[in-house]
Amino acid sequence: MLLHHDFWYWNDSRLVFGFLPVGMAYHVFYSMAAALLWLSALLFAWPEELEEWAAASSPGEKQGPAP
Amino acid sequence: MGRGELAGRKAGTRSMNPLFVIAGYLLLLVLLGIAASRYFSGTSQDYFVASRSIGPFFLAMSVFGTTMTSFALVGSTGEAYERGIGVYGLMASWSGLVHSAVFFFVGVRLWAIGRRHNFYTQIQYFRARFDSDWLGYLLFPILVGLVIPYLLIGLLGAGAVIAGLTAGMFPETFPSTGGAVPTWMTGMVICGIVLSYIFFGGFRGAIWANTFQTMVFMLTGVAAFYAISGKLGGIQAAMSAVAEQAPQLLVREGQYRHLQFLTYFLIPISVGMFPHVFQHWLTARTAKTFRLSIVGQPLFIMIVWVPSILIGVWAAGIGLEVAPNAVLGSMVGLIESPFLSGLLTAGILAAIMSSLDSQFVCLGTMFTQDIVLHRFRGMRISDRRKTWIGRGFIAIVVAVTYLLSLAEPRAVFGLGVWCFAGFAGLFPLVVGSLYWRRTTKTGAFVCVLVTAGTWLGFFAASGFGREEVLVGGLAPVAVIFAASAVSLVLGSLATRPPSPEKLAQFFPRNV
Repeated sequence: MLLHHDFWYWNDSRLVFGFLPVGMAYHVFYSMAAALLWLSALLFAWPEELEEWAAASSPGEKQGPAP
Repeated sequence: MGRGELAGRKAGTRSMNPLFVIAGYLLLLVLLGIAASRYFSGTSQDYFVASRSIGPFFLAMSVFGTTMTSFALVGSTGEAYERGIGVYGLMASWSGLVHSAVFFFVGVRLWAIGRRHNFYTQIQYFRARFDSDWLGYLLFPILVGLVIPYLLIGLLGAGAVIAGLTAGMFPETFPSTGGAVPTWMTGMVICGIVLSYIFFGGFRGAIWANTFQTMVFMLTGVAAFYAISGKLGGIQAAMSAVAEQAPQLLVREGQYRHLQFLTYFLIPISVGMFPHVFQHWLTARTAKTFRLSIVGQPLFIMIVWVPSILIGVWAAGIGLEVAPNAVLGSMVGLIESPFLSGLLTAGILAAIMSSLDSQFVCLGTMFTQDIVLHRFRGMRISDRRKTWIGRGFIAIVVAVTYLLSLAEPRAVFGLGVWCFAGFAGLFPLVVGSLYWRRTTKTGAFVCVLVTAGTWLGFFAASGFGREEVLVGGLAPVAVIFAASAVSLVLGSLATRPPSPEKLAQFFPRNV
């Protein structure tokens, strides 16, 4: 989250690849990095047990509308 | 290309072919709704949550389509036209990080609880979690009241885009709008189309239409980017024009304050309290269905926002002089091929309608499940009647939203931010209910009331969305969120904790 605040590019109007302002290019790369971060979360921290818990409902717990 | 051409375009008679392309696209959507209705099993579970049978691709596309409305296309383009490229970091890159976090930590867990307890709506969850009927009655008008501005920005955006595209097309029929199709007419057509396909297909129809429309607007967004840049002499030429004519739009200095930029991460957390996104989550077949959404969301947002923002700053570079909401429509109108400009406008409408449909169905579901069926829960009501109650309420909401859209228009971006600020203010409630066992009914009530009060206070202070309000440089959402979180904690600590039996129903042991 701290890396989001790129104050060092705040007043920089240089163009990356000839068309993308550097302050925007930084955040485009930030978006890509976010996707990688969440991919690693899926690989290393996925809550497998949650699915079993969801499927193993007991009749007494049914509180929603009947299907 | 520049002001002269734009003026000439407005004065002359223009081809109606783009409107025929758009009409063809809208007809296709109605047919899709009819096709979805063939898969309708007749049960209310199928109408409201598509029998919890949706796979990863449909979930990812439909959730993304739902979260990207006219705010993302019309609003971002208009905001970039006025305040430059900073809007990408302000909204898009924050949203990419935060949306996925919310899907991972809140969405998957709510899906599991919803599946275990057979919930259809957010309110059913909160009522059961806090053992309180009245919490549902308190939340219902607040959630509906916050969704309506969200619906409004869709209609405002659609009206502005079509007005921009058709400027000068009907000078004799609509002289008061400079020959453009009036916004009231666009709003009526859009409402009618969305209503028809969700009427037939329910939430499954909305998901099918969402998925189709999301693919359409992602592809047409990229196509619009290249077509418009070609018209401006290429991407580099378009940016050079901005550097010469409006260099202030290539930086953030003077456009946004640092604290404002920082605290905007609170705006996208609103996705965790959107009732229509909650309903989308419940349609997932399994928890693993969420994986594509979690990884794809930052990239999908990037694909849509980068072209929209660059088109917005290019508009300033060529000296376009229109209202912010009309920037995107006017830029698409520069494309000479009637077929292509019609197709690109259909793509913009796709983004708008892919949010409206889920929101309409969601409000119908909430009214049916949380008000009617909850109030008359001793009575036997057939599935057929339940779906008709839902459809009836949807028709009323569509009519009210349409009438509100005829009032004085607001900037899509500003109104959207206010709507998201309200939902973000309620976010501590859902996080507390999922992760803090000590959260109590009283804490939940105080949290909801404080959020509603502070949001209303700030919204009124802004002239009901007319002006931007900052509190010591902070976006109002930061204050609303802090007040909400503090009231939840204090209200909960001051009262007796929930029973272990109640907690066992909502907290898996090892997760």
